[in-house]
Amino acid sequence: MRTRGLYTAVSLISLIVLPFVAGDFYINLATQVLIAVVFSASLNILVGYAGLSSLGHAAFLGFAAYICAGTTVTLGLPPLVAAVLALAGTTLLAAIFGAIALRASGLGFLMITLALAQVVWGLAYRWVGLTNGDNGLTGLTRPHPFGLSLDSPAAFYLATLLITGIALTVIAILVGSAYGVSLQGTRDQPRRMAALGHNVWLVRWTAFIIAGFWAGVAGLLYVYYQRYIHPSVLSMATSAEGLLGVIAGGSGTLAGPVVGAALVVILKNYASIYIERWNMLLGAVFVLIVLVMPDGIVPGVRRLLARRDR
Amino acid sequence: MQFWVAQTLNSLAFGGLLFLLSSGFSLIFGLMRLANLTHGALFMLGAYIGAYLMRAFPGTSLWMAALASGIAVAVFGGLLERFVLRRLAGNALGQVLLTLGIAFIISDGCLLVFGGDPIPLSTPRWLARPVFLWGFIFPAYRLAVVVLAVCAALGLHILLDRTRLGAMIRAGVDDMAMARAVGIPVSAIFTLVFCLGSAIAGAGGVLAGPILSAYPGLDGDMLPLALIVVILGGVGSITGAFVGSFIIGAIYTFGIALLPDLAYVILFLPMILVIAIRPNGLFGRMAV
Repeated sequence: MRTRGLYTAVSLISLIVLPFVAGDFYINLATQVLIAVVFSASLNILVGYAGLSSLGHAAFLGFAAYICAGTTVTLGLPPLVAAVLALAGTTLLAAIFGAIALRASGLGFLMITLALAQVVWGLAYRWVGLTNGDNGLTGLTRPHPFGLSLDSPAAFYLATLLITGIALTVIAILVGSAYGVSLQGTRDQPRRMAALGHNVWLVRWTAFIIAGFWAGVAGLLYVYYQRYIHPSVLSMATSAEGLLGVIAGGSGTLAGPVVGAALVVILKNYASIYIERWNMLLGAVFVLIVLVMPDGIVPGVRRLLARRDR
Repeated sequence: MQFWVAQTLNSLAFGGLLFLLSSGFSLIFGLMRLANLTHGALFMLGAYIGAYLMRAFPGTSLWMAALASGIAVAVFGGLLERFVLRRLAGNALGQVLLTLGIAFIISDGCLLVFGGDPIPLSTPRWLARPVFLWGFIFPAYRLAVVVLAVCAALGLHILLDRTRLGAMIRAGVDDMAMARAVGIPVSAIFTLVFCLGSAIAGAGGVLAGPILSAYPGLDGDMLPLALIVVILGGVGSITGAFVGSFIIGAIYTFGIALLPDLAYVILFLPMILVIAIRPNGLFGRMAV
């Protein structure tokens, strides 16, 4: 246990020190990793702890990003108001989508979330008057919270690190709470949970909303990082990358999405230097993970360590 | 008036194409409990194979190309089921992720091989001229697509409801364990149904060619529509896929023509309605 605390302290310090020693390329890469971590961690609430595999999580990331960019650029709202509106809107969208998708479970849930997300994607492409269609929305500037400028890669990285830390802590507390335990109960034994007097539907629905909210936070980070938004953010590939992060790292573990999302982002960045075919590689990684390491890296490594200790 | 008549025919033709895509998806889902996310990619692969055949062998008719492409995609689907998906039997999520990964590979592979420009498939010459009926102009090819889709639906209906093989497939859909117990070769039937679904999708892709062309992103455009059709019509039901296809075809076509901005939202209203009132779909007997 003591070594584990030591590892955590060392990695935390190195994460904070990173922007002072690394170049801009690596700082930006680390920021992208953190954003993907928040996104995958939010999806992990659904996939890992609620046992509900969603293939439409990009809808919430993209929706928050679009509201934020749209209200700031076209309406000229201040960043704080835009952010609050974006998160409120995304949470509402998650409440609606959750109510629809939770009429089913299992594969039906997966298909409905996918179809709903494609609707949002289609809207972003087609509703040109609102979203500027295929050209995307540009002209967004990063906010200056408390008078601090986030324009430099290092400053934005540190802000993202802070928010990622908050997100992961809140999710960890949530998962360990009584609610989190009942959520895992509805995953493993929904009928027993219902017999014990838990409202399975309500537990799942709240999990869906919470997951949507944190995906919205990832969306805000994303849009302020890119300062640009394009409908492709809402595509199935984004949802699939998030899901791959969860599955590759290990769903239902706290560290899983962190490891998995980092792996996906780093792989994507390095692969794109050498080859243009990221989607093909993404597909191949999917096939490989499912066939070779179905329960993910973190549980796999944990099993190896347990064997060594014995 | 010409507008409404033309759009009605367009929506029927699009509904017919949707049926060719979604009937296979629905059958595979119903029998194998497998949400085959490669289905859209198989449709696109079919369209590209057809386009390639017609370009490489001038004189190949669209029908020949559809037949050849259907066979090629069926072989691909059969190999995929037998040697890859079979290894994950019982792991529904694993199978979905695997089909998703393969869909990405196919879709990117088509972009790599055939490039980013849309490739139109030429309409058979005798169907290229419009038909005049009751004072209205009809594009003959679209009429032919509607007829073909209805024929395919009838064929599938007869296969499933009137033949011994169909009875075995239905037995597998209703109660797989029991079907196995009474000696039905469920494993062989799985592969057969997967081949059949892939073949219809592949041939459907070629038939869609003169209307939609083969282009990158065709898979991503069609798959969600097929999902909505199957959610609407009910899993494993050919009647459901048929009715759902024409409903969605009509809503999509008229939506694009009348309210282009909101076509996607309108598309999803009937889905919400059905999910709220009949979660199993209009004609589905089992939960999604």
